[in-house]
Amino acid sequence: MKLDVRRLSKSFGRQLVLRDIILELERVHTLALIGPSGGGKSTLLRIIAGLEIPDAGKIFLNDQEIIYRESELLAHRRTVGTVFQAFNLFPHLTALENITLPLEKVHQHPRAQARQIAEEILERFRLQEHCQKSPAQLSGGQRQRVAIARAISIKPKLLLFDEPTSALDPEMTAEVLDVIEELREEGRDFVLVTHQMGFAHRVADQIALLSAGDIAEVGPPGQVLDQPKSEITKQFLAKVMKY
Amino acid sequence: MLRTLRGWFWLSPDDQNRVVPWPVLILNWALAFLLVALLCVFSFSQLTYTWNWGTVAKYENFFWRGWWTTLLISVLALLLSTAIGLIAALARRSGVLVFRALSRLYVEVIRGTPLLVQISFAFYVVADAFRFENRFIVGLLTLSLFSGAFISEIIRSGIESIGASQLESARAVGLTRLQTYRYVIFPQAIRMILPPLAGMFASLIKDSSLLSVISIGEFTWNAQQVAALTYSNFECYIPLAIGYLVLTLPITLWTQWLEKRTKYET
Repeated sequence: MKLDVRRLSKSFGRQLVLRDIILELERVHTLALIGPSGGGKSTLLRIIAGLEIPDAGKIFLNDQEIIYRESELLAHRRTVGTVFQAFNLFPHLTALENITLPLEKVHQHPRAQARQIAEEILERFRLQEHCQKSPAQLSGGQRQRVAIARAISIKPKLLLFDEPTSALDPEMTAEVLDVIEELREEGRDFVLVTHQMGFAHRVADQIALLSAGDIAEVGPPGQVLDQPKSEITKQFLAKVMKY
Repeated sequence: MLRTLRGWFWLSPDDQNRVVPWPVLILNWALAFLLVALLCVFSFSQLTYTWNWGTVAKYENFFWRGWWTTLLISVLALLLSTAIGLIAALARRSGVLVFRALSRLYVEVIRGTPLLVQISFAFYVVADAFRFENRFIVGLLTLSLFSGAFISEIIRSGIESIGASQLESARAVGLTRLQTYRYVIFPQAIRMILPPLAGMFASLIKDSSLLSVISIGEFTWNAQQVAALTYSNFECYIPLAIGYLVLTLPITLWTQWLEKRTKYET
């Protein structure tokens, strides 16, 4: 994908969360957003997802501007797949229905076809025996994998992950990261907010570190994580690597 | 021996989930009925009153007609008040601020004033101003507006029980606002709403008795007529109480069943 963020600003009330962000990435498959909590990385992801409206600035995705008007945003959200930290699934629907609902009601697939798509994806993620279970009957890792399955079922042009493993224990984290890495190898484009530095290093081809509403450093993982130039990055990495 | 005896009458607070065997249940229910019956027998035995069931029985038709009318009013008011409650609840969450204010005003005024006053006001002032004389319709509308206010609060709390994260997910997958209500909010809210709603319906049936003040020929009004004709209050009010119980008891039992089911779902 080509991502061009031009002077993006966003504040919540009196708190400035993003301050004149500029980010130009010509050809990137996987962008990882890292940085301290409250640094603005989730907000940037949510603005790209069309879930939040910026106060100022523009975003071009593959040379196409994202128009921040409710009617256009609805259409935009339908072309991207977003996975949150937790509580992605609708608890009153089974795993399968969670995937077929948007396929049928948003993307107008006939019922049988929606079911077939959902079953194929669940099978691919080795979740077929869980397809009739409700989210409450699934483990946290399974829930996240169903959420990812739902996100890719619509053939999105871009996948967005907002700390997809933060609410999981280490074992489940691994199973979710495996799936994400698999998608990476398929060549899918995605933006990922994460605290897993090792994982970011492995999958990302570009990493951006956001701190206090600014982009402190951008570059390939080998550069940002191994030979950081900015003082902020060095401090952040020192803290993260300490334990 | 003592332990077994205790087991027949006592359920330890630490042991609330234990299934009580049915003979023990029957025994304790019978005991409860017996206690209530004793209270009644004693109270009535102290009463110097000549029972006059024969005369009242001649007016059996009054009771039947009234009972059916009450049933009809209740069913119609039930449907109407649910619709009103739903509209008021949605208005309360509407983007149009004046709708929110109207909804809030409606709920607070109706809930804060006695139904008796509302009925009189609706019939003698509002309906009169519009030269509208059909008391049945006026009564039905007033009763529906009355319970609609309570139902709107029930529905609103049901809608608000759906977490913000789910609305976020619905937005992220691209559902429209209407679709979010239809496929995400309502299917879940209905489980939260049904038990208190059923309880509300039982109240609605009893509240309909107040429509007798504007001489609608429902159950209570008819019983009062017979009481006035025969000078036999108790003989009229006892069947009246039983008649209401026949309508409300199934709903109460249904409510309990629903509550159990909701518990299981979560």
